[in-house]
Parts: sequence; C-alpha cells; structure tokens
Amino acid sequence: MTVAKQKVLALSGDEAVAYAVKQSDVDVIAAYPITPQTIIVERLSEYVHNGEVETEFLCVESEHSALTACLTAAAVGARAFTATASAGLALMHEILYVTSGCRAPVVMAVANRALSAPINIHCDHSDTMVERDSGWIQIYTENSQEAYDSIIQAFKIAENPEILLPVIVGLDGFFLSHTLENVKILPDETVKNFLGVRRFPSVKNHEGKLVPFRLDPENPLTIGPLDLYDYYFEHKRQQEEAMRRASEIIKQVHEEYANISGRRYGDGLIEAYRMEDAEIATVCLGSTAGTVKTVVDKLRYRGVKAGLLRIRTFRPLPVKEITAALENVKVLGVMDRACSFGGFGGPVFHEIRHILYDAPTHPHVANYIYGLGGRDMSYMLINQIYQDLQKILETNRIEKLVQFIGLRE
Amino acid sequence: MSDWKFTVKEIAEKPELFSSGHRACAGCVPATVHRLVLKAARGPVIATHATGCIEVSSTIYPYTSWKIPWIHTAFENAAANASGIEAALKVLRKKGRIKNEKVDVIAFAGDGGTYDIGIQALSGAVERGHDFLYVLYDNEAYMNTGIQRSGGTPHGAWTTTSPAGKVIPGKPQFKKPIADIMVAHEIPYVATASPYYWKDLIAKARKGLEIEGPAFLHVIAPCTRGWRFPPEKGIEISRVMVETCIFPLWEAVDGEYRLSPPSKLIALKPEKKKPIKEYLKIQGRFRHLFTAEHEHVIEELQEVIDKRWKRLLKKCGMA
Ligand SMILES: Cc1ncc(C[n+]2csc(CCOP(=O)(O)OP(=O)(O)O)c2C)c(N)n1
Ligand code: SF4
Ligand SMILES: [Mg+2]
Repeated sequence: MTVAKQKVLALSGDEAVAYAVKQSDVDVIAAYPITPQTIIVERLSEYVHNGEVETEFLCVESEHSALTACLTAAAVGARAFTATASAGLALMHEILYVTSGCRAPVVMAVANRALSAPINIHCDHSDTMVERDSGWIQIYTENSQEAYDSIIQAFKIAENPEILLPVIVGLDGFFLSHTLENVKILPDETVKNFLGVRRFPSVKNHEGKLVPFRLDPENPLTIGPLDLYDYYFEHKRQQEEAMRRASEIIKQVHEEYANISGRRYGDGLIEAYRMEDAEIATVCLGSTAGTVKTVVDKLRYRGVKAGLLRIRTFRPLPVKEITAALENVKVLGVMDRACSFGGFGGPVFHEIRHILYDAPTHPHVANYIYGLGGRDMSYMLINQIYQDLQKILETNRIEKLVQFIGLRE
Repeated sequence: MSDWKFTVKEIAEKPELFSSGHRACAGCVPATVHRLVLKAARGPVIATHATGCIEVSSTIYPYTSWKIPWIHTAFENAAANASGIEAALKVLRKKGRIKNEKVDVIAFAGDGGTYDIGIQALSGAVERGHDFLYVLYDNEAYMNTGIQRSGGTPHGAWTTTSPAGKVIPGKPQFKKPIADIMVAHEIPYVATASPYYWKDLIAKARKGLEIEGPAFLHVIAPCTRGWRFPPEKGIEISRVMVETCIFPLWEAVDGEYRLSPPSKLIALKPEKKKPIKEYLKIQGRFRHLFTAEHEHVIEELQEVIDKRWKRLLKKCGMA
C-alpha cells in the first residue's frame, strides 16, 4: 500500500478528533458536553446537521446515558462513539465496566481533565487513571495529529472480532483539546477503506446455536445476564485474554495505518525516544512528552545520555516492550499527572516500578507527580527532573522517592 | 390507531416470547405481566431490562427466558438502553446493514428503576422522542434487594426501609403519580393496566408499540413476597386495586385522558367503588394499620385516593 496524499488543516485536538469521527462512518454518537471536550460534540453536531455524515446523534441528558446508549447501539451492531472528560467520565464509571463486560467495541475520546473538588477544568490524568482497571483499552496521545490518527485506529482495534473491547483515546485537556495545530488529514475514501464495516464473531446462544454476536431478531441472544460464581469468573478471564491479545492487534493496526499515513508512534504501544544508550530517562504519557523530547535533545547535545519512554498504550500495559526499552537505563524518573492519595507514588510509577521487579537489572526509579489541575510542566521543570536523575546516577542514591514537582513554595 | 383485534385463542396460540422456567417466585405477577406484554408483539422485537427481580430471575446464565434479543446493562438506564437500540436500528436500516423491517423496542423496568433511579434516563429518552414502549411493572418496592420502599410504594405500607414502627407506621409519603408525570412530557401515549384485565393490558401494549414515538405503560404488578399475600391471590388483588380506584385504568392519547372500561364503569356507577380497606386487608404489608393506634393512616390514604380519583374523572371529562 502507498501513503495517501493528505491535506493539512489547522485543527485543535478536539476538532481533529471530531474530524476523525466524521471520516470513520460512525453510526451512533451519544454524548454530553463538558469542558474541555465540548468542541468535539459541537463539531459533530454540525456535521450531522449539515448532512455531512450518516449518523444518529443522541444529545442525551447525561454521560451515564451517553455511554449506555453507545453500548446498546454497539450491541445492535452499530459503530458507536462518545466523548467526555473528568466528571463526565466519573459519572460513566459504572457503565464503563458494563461496556467492556458486554464486549461492546465503543470508542471514546477523553479530553483529560482534573477531578473535583475543588472544581478545575484543566488537564491532568486523574479521570482516566481511575478507569485503568475498567477493561477499556487506553491510548494517550502526544499531539492533535496523534489524536486524529488514534481515533481512526481505535475503531479498528475495538471492532476486531478477536478483541471486542472498548477504547479510550486520551488527549490532554486544553494543551491538546484547545490548541491549534497543523493536522494531516487522510482522504475520506482511504479512511473508509481502512476501517470497512463491522464484522461479528459467532457465539453460542442459549440453545447451543452459533449466532452472530449482536442483538438480531432472527438470532435471539441474551446479553448482560445474571452471571454468578459458576461462570462470571471465566467471563472475566476471557476479558483479560482479549486484553492480552489486544497488544498485538494494536501494533498491527498501527503498522497498517502507518502504511497509508506515513506516521508512526513507536510501535503503537510505546515510543522510545533516544533510549538506545540512555543512562537516565523519564517515563511519561500524553502531551508532556513533546516538551520532554526537547529537553532530551538539549541534554544529548551536551553529551548527557538522556532518553524518554512515552507510553502510548497504557492498557493493555506493554510489559515486554517496557522491560526491553528500559534494559540499560540506570536511573529512571516516572512522571505522573495523577495522584494516588495515600498510596506509594502515582499510578504510572506503580506500574513501571512493578514491571522492573523482574528485570535482570534494577535501575533507580523515582516518581515525580506534576501538573495537577493544569499546572504547566515547563522546560525548566523537566530539566530539573533530569538534573535530579543525574544526581542520583552520580551519588547512587535517591533522596526522595516520590516528589511533587512544580508546586508553589 | 390500533385496529388490532384478537381472540383468546389467538393469544393462547401465539408463541411465548417470555418462556417458563424462570426463577421468579410461584405466583409472581410481574412475570405474568412480562408474558402478557410480549403477547402484543406484532413482529420482530428487541427488549431491554433494568436491573430488578425479573431481569435477575429470567436470565441466570447459561439459561434465559427470553426468546427475543434482550439486553441488560444496569439499574437506572433502561430508557437509555432503548434509546441506543432504537437509534442503531434506524441508522443501520438506512445504511442497508440490517434487514429493512420495523423492529419494535420495549424497555422493562420496575418501580425502583422508573420512579426513582431511572427517572432521569426515562425523562431524557422520551423528551428526545425515541420510538419505543416503556413498560413499568410496578410491584411497589425494590423487591430484588429485599423489599425496600420506592417512590411507588403506597402510603402506610410496610417495607424493610419503611418498617411499621412504633412511631412511624410504614411509609410516610404517598405514591408518586408517575403516569401523570409521563403525560406531562407530552408523549403520544400513556396508559395504565392491570393484569386482571389482561385483554385491556395486551391491547394497550399493542397501541404503545404501534404509536410512533415514546409510549409509557404503567402496569400494576402485585408481588406475593413483598406485599405479603398468598401466591394465588395476585391477580385478584390486581382486580381489587382497580375496584377501589387505588389503581384506575386509563389511557392518554396525545394528552387526552380517557378512562378504560373497568374504571369507566365505576365512574358511571359510583356505588361500585369499593373502600380501600377491602384492598388493604388482603395483604400483610398494611396489617399494622388495622389497629386503633394507626387506623387514621387508612383514612388519610382513602382521602388521597378519593382526591386523585376525582382529579382523574375531571381529566377524563367525567366529573
Ligand atoms: C446503581 C445501583 N444501585 C443499586 C442497585 C441495587 N438494586 C438492584 S435491583 C434494585 C431494586 C429494584 O427495584 P425495582 O426497580 O422496583 O424492581 P423489582 O426488583 O422490584 O422488580 C436495587 C436497589 C443496583 N443494581 N444498581
Ligand atoms: S419477589 Fe415479587 S417480584 Fe420478585 S420474583 Fe418474587 S413475586 Fe416476583
Ligand atoms: Mg419493584
């Protein structure tokens, strides 16, 4: 396949997401406005009202109903999309588990935003981190281009009959959602061909008959039954297995997409930036990676062996890939844009440090909690983290395992 | 509207879409209500259910009573379930991805899933105008979790969260007029039904399906466990509820109220209206009211029932 000729549009992250949804032949959208996601539903409403898409748009009365309607629409066989942030995602919480449990391949954009209280409309990852165990695939994007690309990929990943899991694509509130960027847009036809239409695996119904996995009057199926201790456990195990399979599918879809777009984000799971011989490195998610890369470049220029590991796919966690990427690192700084109150560091720290337990060599791992409620993560602050890592490398000891970075004094 | 006529034989011969073998209690009227509603099906149908007694007792994996496609997602969102189903059917049909035929959508929910936790999703769905039938099977408490009061529980009734205490004898509040609230949404069809008058119930379910847009059917559904009556008494009780005007039968087409025959008869012959005591005394949940100490509650309830009945007659142009 050849890379398609693409036009360049100046779009905010939200607009880029809406544009991707527009091109993805989505059947049902149900959503509820919340900053900083609102532009997505506004743009989508315009597409619907101007007849640019063949989509049923439900302006529902809450996020709970938004996700519910997407779930049941997907169960009927529709391609379904919703978008939210912060309190909206928290209100959906119950249905997140139901969606993945019903194996409904819904795609959701989350413009990452802090949780109340106090109320704050700006970026952090508290909202999606709460949902890390909810059975949704989670992709965090670095810029609007990636948000656009990831939405298109998300439908293909979610709907793969081997996977059938919902996908969250995260874009940092305001930093991405509201910031204009040049975004390369694939031709409509290319996206359409890339995605195709939904296919349905066969499942055994209660009469032992193989039927397509959807609500179809010709092949009745009971979805979402009462499932007790005799089967529930197996069904949860199946969900976990689908998650495990998803790693490969995410990579495959990412590669297929690279063939038509010319764009790659590492291997689709992680992006290792100047990590080959890195001695000190950070791990982060989302838009912060852009600034970190600049810092790394400067440090490299000065001869410091610095690197960055950006985790693009946080669920399923790419354990193997992360382990390999961190193999030679001596000091690692894990950056968390969320706090696990009363825990031992932030959620990304938990995961990374946990993975390294089985690694042949153990780097020092320090945790930096940053940017809550949209606090800017400047070049200076990131540089400070690398200085800290450098000091740990030289002294061979960590003074403070978990620290808040960028707090006012 | 519906010119569908049916005979007892036809109904008996129609396949059971809600089949036996479920684990509801012996004498469970709500289960019967589901069976009756589905007898009104006119073609392909997809059903959805809020969490509750019937959802739980009819789908214990790997068994199911549902011979039609059916989905349950949660407790408070039956109407949102229906919204998504209806929207998907509409667009997929337009795109030629499913057979081009009308598929009816029915949402079932109990009183808890309707009056209380589900009212937001319900109000939103009917405001948006989805074409579906919402069936409230009202057993007047949260039965699935062990008989707790709901907005649909009647005044004075014992439940485990409105116990017949020394100071507070049962539920202090009155039953929420949910069907009127639905009429106030200006939807095309709202009706009440009782399984004793099963032909009326089936005909109303059919009308609800045939009408374009949202339809709301409020079916009273006595529960042997929660109301404390012997299993064989449920259908009889659903008759007495109509005879006492505790649960009058009516329909509102485009907001125009009209009494259904059993209640119209009482309107025309007021002497036929029975005192609510006759209804209260056949159930254990009101037993504590038949004491010198608490008898005033019966009077309070009678007063409110009379007031509501009068108001209904007015709405039906019969007062
Ligand atoms: C969000 C949520 N809260 C509480 C429950 C627990 N719960 C399950 S069913 C139910 C009561 C159902 O009552 P109703 O709707 O009247 O149906 P019934 O069981 O009486 O048929 C409750 C409280 C739940 N499943 N979900
Ligand atoms: S508790 Fe009541 S509603 Fe529930 S199954 Fe038994 S009789 Fe039916
Ligand atoms: Mg109930």
